[in-house]
Amino acid sequence: MTVHSFEENFEEKLEKDIAIEPRDWMPDTYRKTLIRQISQHAHSEIVGMLPEGNWITRAPSLRRKAVLLAKVQDEAGHGLYLYSAAETLGISRDELYDQLHSGKAKYSSIFNYPTLTWADMGAIGWLVDGAAIMNQVPLCRTSYGPYARAMVRVCKEESFHQRQGFEIMLTLSKGTAVQKKMAQDALNRWWWPSIMMFGPPDDNSPHTEQSMHWKIKRFTNDELRQKFIDVTVEQAKILGLSVPDADLKWNEARGHYDYGKIDWDEFWNVVKGNGPCNKERLETRRKAWEGGEWVREAAAAYSEKRKQRSRQEAA
Amino acid sequence: MSVQKLKYILQIADNALIMGHRLSEWCGHGPILEQDIALTNIALDHLGQARSLYQYAAEQFNELPRAEQEKVFTSPALQAIIAGGQPIDEDDMAYLRDGWDFYNVLLVEQANKDWAYTAARSLYYDTFNYHFYTGLQNSNDETLAAIAEKSLKEVTYHMRWSSEWVIRLGDGTAESHKRMQEAASYLWQYTGELCTMVETDKAMYKAGTGVNLDELKTKWATAIGKVLDEATLAQPEEGWMQQGGKEGRHTEHLGYILAEMQYMQRTYPNMEW
Repeated sequence: MTVHSFEENFEEKLEKDIAIEPRDWMPDTYRKTLIRQISQHAHSEIVGMLPEGNWITRAPSLRRKAVLLAKVQDEAGHGLYLYSAAETLGISRDELYDQLHSGKAKYSSIFNYPTLTWADMGAIGWLVDGAAIMNQVPLCRTSYGPYARAMVRVCKEESFHQRQGFEIMLTLSKGTAVQKKMAQDALNRWWWPSIMMFGPPDDNSPHTEQSMHWKIKRFTNDELRQKFIDVTVEQAKILGLSVPDADLKWNEARGHYDYGKIDWDEFWNVVKGNGPCNKERLETRRKAWEGGEWVREAAAAYSEKRKQRSRQEAA
Repeated sequence: MSVQKLKYILQIADNALIMGHRLSEWCGHGPILEQDIALTNIALDHLGQARSLYQYAAEQFNELPRAEQEKVFTSPALQAIIAGGQPIDEDDMAYLRDGWDFYNVLLVEQANKDWAYTAARSLYYDTFNYHFYTGLQNSNDETLAAIAEKSLKEVTYHMRWSSEWVIRLGDGTAESHKRMQEAASYLWQYTGELCTMVETDKAMYKAGTGVNLDELKTKWATAIGKVLDEATLAQPEEGWMQQGGKEGRHTEHLGYILAEMQYMQRTYPNMEW
């Protein structure tokens, strides 16, 4: 087969919605885009453990503590599936970590915001995981097989996370005045960063067009953002909380909510590393990795010794 | 029902809670992603055991006559609930008791420090716990026997995990060997308390509810000796053993653990979360 026919074959699979598998021929740029996207996603899971991990030791009840621990553990699990999916594209986990630690690879900017009160555990579950689900459900049908299969598992757990977050918010909003204040304060701080999670607007999104063609992406950033806002505003009403956007209004003609101007300056600044916690998060990840080096070396050395011993015994 | 039995349940529960708390501090900071997951699993097991035991302890407490209830715990927050005639629950037990009313052993409150200290602490504690729960299955208290039986499966896995890590680090590289030896030797001073019978242990053993810790001493030492040996580590020198946790006298660590853990319940009392 010529390169030309490899490419035709690839395009035909895309056309027919047949999953691309690791051993299939794929354009280099497709491979690179996937590595970038999957690893960003994996890094987001791992860095995302930190803001919530903050509250494990301070959770206000034993039940909440157990649920939060299990949730953060799920995120580690998601990181693991996603790193494995990325590895099928011919890059090692260590290389991916290096890219994270050197600042070359990005992760979701939302995790560069601080968790200041217990209500943030509710807001993250409700808004951040809610936004993540909107982004991720279409990825269960993404063209690259290992990524799509990983996402099926991730989405199941994310929807549980979203529900538990909403339930924390509901409990707070039914609670005392100070609990309601906590809930409102969390919504105020997390609303805008959450709707920025869908990425830059379509007319300023460099990767969207190509990714849509490759069926890596199934909906545009703005489509998903609108869907999220429409659903979430209704949920805020159930909570009796007000969404911090004075321009938010139902538009009968569009059948959607109109919303205010997003501060993209803030978004790009956080992406560039100027968010409230960028440096701290990366530093924490680096410290965990570097501090664990001797442990990984010991594990490797021990495993090598065991292999040698069993070889000697066999001889 | 006796205060003695309540304190016995709390000893076991507090060990589980504080151990789980320490292990949960690793969540998101582990040296290997797979181990982060494994350790969080273990933390969740401990927390689950603590919850079953606190629920039982709260039940026992609520059955005490009012005059006795007032004498058991000193914290004003708990006293206020008792004065209001309300029953207490698992969260009150964990979040409203003062440090001197915690009966966990000193070992479990020691800091994580590094992976070697964490592995050594777990090895010493898990090995004790395995033999302890094995004995507790024969308790004449059906609830404790049932909790022991259920927990034993988890604890068996914990002991395997920590033994394997001590061996891996001990017999790994020169650096890991050095660190593992240091951790094993340093934490040794907190192991004597595990099998020491305080008044509560003696009374509960006599009543057929508790475990004879004297019998556990040899089993524990033999199991630990085997692991240290396989890990190519030297047996720590016998010396002075720290005591007091089981009677409410703790190291400085517990105060910080409780300040963090109890902060929400103490700051915002009488609220649903």
